[in-house]
Amino acid sequence: MALKDMLPEVLAEFPKLGRTDLRDFKKGIDETFRGFSREYGELIENFFYPLKVFLVWFEKLLLATPWPLMLIIVAVLVWLGARSWVLTIGTTLSLLLIGYLGMWDDTMRTLALVSVSTFVCILVGIPVGILMSKSDRLQSIITPILDIMQTIPAFVYLIPVLLLLGIGKVPGLIAVCIYAIPPVVRLTNLGIRLVDKDVLEAADAFGASPSQKMFKVQLPLALANLFAGVNQTIMMALAMVVVASMIGAPGLGTQVLKAVQNQYLALGLMNGLAIVAIAIVFDRVSQKFGQRLQKHSEVVHG
Amino acid sequence: MDDHSIEVKGLYKIFGPNGGNYIQAVKDGMSKDELNAEHNHVLGLKNINIHMPSAKIQVIMGLSGSGKSTMIRHINRLIEPTVGEVIFQGEDVCQMSKADLQEFRRHKTAMVFQKFALLPHRTVIDNTLFGIELQGVARKECKDRAMHWLKRVGLEGFEDNYPNQLSGGMQQRVGLARALNNDADILLMDEAFSALDPLIRMDMQSILLELQEELHKTIVFITHDLDEALRLGDRIAILRDGEVIQQGTGQEIVLNPADAYIADFVKEVNRGRVIKVDTVMSSGAGKSAVSAPSGSNLEDVAKLLSDNSKNSANIVDDRGATIGEITMKAVIDAMVTPAKH
Repeated sequence: MALKDMLPEVLAEFPKLGRTDLRDFKKGIDETFRGFSREYGELIENFFYPLKVFLVWFEKLLLATPWPLMLIIVAVLVWLGARSWVLTIGTTLSLLLIGYLGMWDDTMRTLALVSVSTFVCILVGIPVGILMSKSDRLQSIITPILDIMQTIPAFVYLIPVLLLLGIGKVPGLIAVCIYAIPPVVRLTNLGIRLVDKDVLEAADAFGASPSQKMFKVQLPLALANLFAGVNQTIMMALAMVVVASMIGAPGLGTQVLKAVQNQYLALGLMNGLAIVAIAIVFDRVSQKFGQRLQKHSEVVHG
Repeated sequence: MDDHSIEVKGLYKIFGPNGGNYIQAVKDGMSKDELNAEHNHVLGLKNINIHMPSAKIQVIMGLSGSGKSTMIRHINRLIEPTVGEVIFQGEDVCQMSKADLQEFRRHKTAMVFQKFALLPHRTVIDNTLFGIELQGVARKECKDRAMHWLKRVGLEGFEDNYPNQLSGGMQQRVGLARALNNDADILLMDEAFSALDPLIRMDMQSILLELQEELHKTIVFITHDLDEALRLGDRIAILRDGEVIQQGTGQEIVLNPADAYIADFVKEVNRGRVIKVDTVMSSGAGKSAVSAPSGSNLEDVAKLLSDNSKNSANIVDDRGATIGEITMKAVIDAMVTPAKH
């Protein structure tokens, strides 16, 4: 006989909310949120309107640029960032292949989305990271929020975004940003907190004001870590592109989604690999750039 | 000349969250160990009273844990005192507002650190001008002034290098140039030369003494090395367990150590370099053919006598008048006599 049968009912079965109560509870939350969405949806949409204009403009710009010019621009940027011939040639070849296989336009859309969302993440994330580094209290509040943002299944927060803003480019962008912003916040905070105490004391001793200390000492010395955060943010933005395409984020992700729904193996693989190619380029370039930034900050012994 | 002396009065520092609560107990004689055992607070400094003379080098000496680095950080208030005063030009640094303190640190003090504390992302010249850049001096003037000081410390040609490309000794020269560039009245040197190897350390001491001849700053110099203290210090205060156990000139300390602890310290000192002829000469007019200036140390006089094969020398003051005489025997006696105690 199972142990469960010998126990009084309250210990055998987990005491839970009645079925109707539970339904009302969920319904209550849903209704409240829908009400909020009806009430403020437009306001929020207006708030994000400049972002939409920016994203659409940038996407059009990339799509309107003739492909040879685009290739040159990308190659020059890669060279400036990484100073590596291998990487520059590799990038050019993969872009040529992507174009040849008919994915040029979608790649440009993805590039636009990832660039704009990275830009937004940096714009919001670095100031938040700075504030967080200045106050232990703020750190203890923001850290769990970042944990939630990083671990909650991405599909779950697509729902409120969808309810508030509907399907479209901006909701996609916002979903990408929510998913991708934690690393830049975390590593800005960490980088500033890791700055050598002796150097900070020297800044104090010479009478640096708090803002002088931040901009002349802490931020420059946190740059290497900060850049590692930006790198992670870009990677996560690229990873989110497919999921975000479910609510209308344009680009390669849309094709992958189509391939999943229709079981097109080749289409899925090609677009998936195109995302990988872009990710590798972004990753290597930003890493090399980050390494160059911290060249002089390393301690040389002897 | 303005008075740039620093007056430290009744300074106490108790580390811990409620340091202020235990001041009275410490004043009533609670020891460092008792405070630590009973209240889990650490006694950093206890009743420090030092008059640091204007335009002189005040050395604060002690072994690690004696509180010397804590002490120097009270002068520009990098550490808040528990109670006490640090008076400079009639103002108590410990009572200054935030803004006043920032101004005081920018214009009145400059500091050199044991671990150099240079900014690794800035070139040598940009490190040197850091202090005056904070003051808001225009970029062009910053560069000119920084170049001037880099030349003075012998780093011309390295201005575009980064600190991690330089040796320790050169990095500390940058630290010194950065501090001097501030043109502050007070120069705080926290074990500035302790991380350097002996030859470079001697070198840096010479640079400092040479510069002080013309700059006349009030220098507070922290060290754990008695030889360094005696070479540099116009006055020396010896700290132990957060208390001043003796202060005076190097000669006073070597000749009259206050207790066995200090006697033990000064035992190994080269007395010929510390003791001045004035203390051991006999007064009156001398008849020797050679003369040494008043204030020379015994070693120099011994060398003078031996070089000239003489048995005695006249001691003359700075106007050339003979004020006394010293014999070779007196010199040697004074150099070999062990410290009392």
